Amino acid sequence: MKPTLSAPPLQDVRRPPWLAALGWLVALAVLAVAPLLLTADSHKFYIELLSKVMIMAIFALSLQLLIGYTGLVSLGHAAYFAMAAYATAMLAPEGGAGNGWLLLLGALGAAGALALVVGALVLRTRGVYFIMVTLAFAQMVYFVFHDTKIAGGSDGTYIYFRPEFSLLRDRPLTVNDPVNFYWLVLVALVLTVVALAVLLRSRFGHALVGIRHNEQRMRAAGYATYRYQLGAFVAGGVFAGLAGYLYAIQFGFVNPEIASWHQSGNAMLMVILGGVGSLAGAVLGAFSFVLLAEWFSTLTKHWQLLMGGFIIVAVALLPRGLVSVPAVLRQRSPRRRGNGGAAGEAAADSHARSREAV
Amino acid sequence: MDIVSFLIQCLNSVQYGLLLFLVASGLTLIFGIMGVINLAHGSFYMLGAYLAFTLASLTGNLFIALPLGIVLAVAFGYVLEWAFFSYLYQRDHLQQVLMTYGLILVFEELRSILVGDDVHGVTIPGLLDGALPIGNDMTYPVYRLFISAVCLLVAGAMYWVIRRTRLGMMIRAGATNREMVQSLGINVNVLYRLVFALGVALAVLAGMIAAPVSSVYPGMGGQVLIVCFVVVVIGGIGSVKGALVASLLLGFVDTFGKVFWQDAAGVLIYVLMALILLWKPQGLFRAG
Amino acid sequence: MHRRSSPLLSLALATALAWLPAGAHAQTVAGKIKVGFMLPYTGTYAALGTAIENGFRLYVQEQGGKLGGKDVEYFKVDDESDPAKAPENASKLVKRDQVDVVVGTVHSGVQMGIVKVAKENNTLLIIPNAGADEATGPLCGANIFRSSFSNWQPGYAMGQVLAERGMKKVVTLTWKYAAGEQSVKGFKEAFEAKGGKVVKELSLPFPNVEFQALITEVASLKPDAVFVFFAGGGAVKFVKDWQAAGLKDKIPLYGSGFLTDGTLEAQGTAAQGLETTLHYADGLTNARDKTFRTDYARTYKLQPDVYAVQGYDAAQLLAAGANAVKGDMSRKPEVIKAMEAAKVDSPRGVFTLSKAHNPVQDFYLRKVDGRENKVSGVAVKALADPARGCRL
Repeated sequence: MKPTLSAPPLQDVRRPPWLAALGWLVALAVLAVAPLLLTADSHKFYIELLSKVMIMAIFALSLQLLIGYTGLVSLGHAAYFAMAAYATAMLAPEGGAGNGWLLLLGALGAAGALALVVGALVLRTRGVYFIMVTLAFAQMVYFVFHDTKIAGGSDGTYIYFRPEFSLLRDRPLTVNDPVNFYWLVLVALVLTVVALAVLLRSRFGHALVGIRHNEQRMRAAGYATYRYQLGAFVAGGVFAGLAGYLYAIQFGFVNPEIASWHQSGNAMLMVILGGVGSLAGAVLGAFSFVLLAEWFSTLTKHWQLLMGGFIIVAVALLPRGLVSVPAVLRQRSPRRRGNGGAAGEAAADSHARSREAV
Repeated sequence: MDIVSFLIQCLNSVQYGLLLFLVASGLTLIFGIMGVINLAHGSFYMLGAYLAFTLASLTGNLFIALPLGIVLAVAFGYVLEWAFFSYLYQRDHLQQVLMTYGLILVFEELRSILVGDDVHGVTIPGLLDGALPIGNDMTYPVYRLFISAVCLLVAGAMYWVIRRTRLGMMIRAGATNREMVQSLGINVNVLYRLVFALGVALAVLAGMIAAPVSSVYPGMGGQVLIVCFVVVVIGGIGSVKGALVASLLLGFVDTFGKVFWQDAAGVLIYVLMALILLWKPQGLFRAG
Repeated sequence: MHRRSSPLLSLALATALAWLPAGAHAQTVAGKIKVGFMLPYTGTYAALGTAIENGFRLYVQEQGGKLGGKDVEYFKVDDESDPAKAPENASKLVKRDQVDVVVGTVHSGVQMGIVKVAKENNTLLIIPNAGADEATGPLCGANIFRSSFSNWQPGYAMGQVLAERGMKKVVTLTWKYAAGEQSVKGFKEAFEAKGGKVVKELSLPFPNVEFQALITEVASLKPDAVFVFFAGGGAVKFVKDWQAAGLKDKIPLYGSGFLTDGTLEAQGTAAQGLETTLHYADGLTNARDKTFRTDYARTYKLQPDVYAVQGYDAAQLLAAGANAVKGDMSRKPEVIKAMEAAKVDSPRGVFTLSKAHNPVQDFYLRKVDGRENKVSGVAVKALADPARGCRL
């Protein structure tokens, strides 16, 4: 058996686009309404928790672009998250609130630059070797921040003031209040989903999916696959940087552990758990993973046992991720038996696949 | 650095590398032959250490504990393959990653529940508890020579089995083409179960003989795991020879790196892996 | 991918589930002092976390379950020794459970996250172990207290001891992380001030435990003595490796107390005779320690260690503040003032707090004898951390 990495089959389920849009809108509504319902003092913690979950969702989405659509399984994605977080920490002024836009630029730039350099090197490998080389570079980033004095070493470093975002000259938007910060993150999440959806529907996005299906065929068709993959890699790094930037601002505490392979592994788990190849899957995976861990940890000290058990059962029963639940349910219904129907659906599916951005 | 220190550092490198080989060879076999990415492999190493601790305290002698532990490990591996891992073969690698990750969590918590979270030690058997003088004033621990000897013995045995026996032939064939082996009438299921049990036993053995010089503590599997993956990848997946070469290479880089370049010591093995993969994207050796 | 109700349903379900604990925690029970433990309850440091909590609870129990006349209500969060999750875990206690005081933690990286949250919310924080110099240094604060030590202290004490013994050439070895580096820095400061010289400072990446290469290197340097900082599993392995390398009788090994604390059973013969410095030891002669040990052993069926003492003293410190305001923890400035002035009658001996809120305490020289770190003398009396950079 060849030890090449097998990519999971793409989700071969159809969904009516209007339903997908509705699903997103409802989810957005729920998230938008949450801070209006959670107003008690002790509920501020939940606002912060949801903010954190949304940040993780952005992180997972950035990785989904690589794993689910370009077929690049990166186990070192935390490096770009951490790079952006550290850039934010190092650029933020100690005495007062920094300029949110400039810091964002710095963070995304740092993450993107790192992704460009690393991507240019790692894209020469494939399969499980690719996974390991991405991990290797993430470990290098980890050790640089952990072992050197660049930013506080193993104890980490602080950001003392949350930055301000000035839209109009004299009225800067502050995000010190957890609710304001929540809105910022929500906006960022929505923008990320929209940006990725648009990207994946573009010619670039179609090319990525084509490369994932069969790289050689794409090359034979004249595509410079390396460039497309590098582009995706950098895009993934930039969005991970967005998540890292928000993370740094939220807690004001940046520690080398955010670059560790545990962090990269967690992101990958969220993507796989939610469903590979689906933006909704990434969001769903992030929400489930974090919120379930939260819930389990209130149940027992040995919550990791529950978490491990859940993961095993979830993957066993839902190999295509949580996002495939309705499809699995539908497949059990007798409606779908019938050869003609199946063939027709299969044909429609292959068209739907390239549009299956969302 | 004088010649005696250099010699001892070489011994250190070899010993570390060989122990790494013991664990990594199991991983590369399972990965190469069954195509399963097993993140829980570090947990087997931890199992070995805890087995050494419990069995040695029960029987009072590490030498009795060792064969006992291996038998238990083989049985455990056999059952685990049958109950869990055999279902992973049809799954794609990402699902395997996720499921074996879940398994790590389960193992860690079971360990916490059954044995607790304390740090333990295992005493070196009196016979081997000494230091060999090398040169005028340096010494080398006898037990570490023992570790290296055991690892070499196992390496030799593996070579013999894989190259010179029918079982080895079936293993190599299974690594190259599973369907063909099946159509030849060989019971692939049992073969895989044996290979898996062997892989587990190797990791457990490593944990057991290392226990007196490492300590027995929670989370010890995690550190070993990632280094093992580096070894397997550098050496070439499925190649036991590759695992040996890579382990020794890593042993030298890590050891001498710590002495000569302390600031970068943590990162050296990853830099090494990156360089090798950029030169030979499939690792140093082919499978088999 | 389809997006029917499933993701939405899961999202709603998950969010709802997250609210479940809210009901339990959001109620403020009037008239109770809420203590939030943020400690490692899983992982390598789990035993330490338990010891700290045990010590704390023991003191409160001795006061009839009350501090300042009010009942004490406990909250717990497992910090998993994960610095990346530290701020959000600390927020659970501060924002979700609305505790009056946070008691935690063991790991310095996690501590820095807790300190940030405590400072931002002006929550009272008592550190029952983590020795990060910064917490009572550049990042000190009126509401940040420590009942344990600063990394600098035990190192400094040992440095003085070795210098006084006439050692001239010492090599240091530790992990490359803040705790190790600060400990060595303290050692170097005292040792070199009195004429010694640290000829080489060796380190290896944390938490790497492959010491062989560096042990060989130390041996080849032939120093008068070696000073190390390791703790937990690493300490066990190092001490055993040191003996196995045949160096135990050749080159004297010294360390900060954590080298031999909680590790003696695992280290066995390898640790016998090792000398370390720490603010606690076995065999102290003060009456307080004797009663503490008996009570602890009787209550928990375990022998107490330095972590238990630190937890116990954290409770004493809190009591000093609570008593001054009769349990009304909302009068923070008075609570803080009372805590600052406290003279804690600790099992380790009486100690007071420096201006930066770190204990000013005696450091004992201890020698391993059997399963105990027997006190053999006082290395430095009333040692105060210099609190460089603290603006209190």
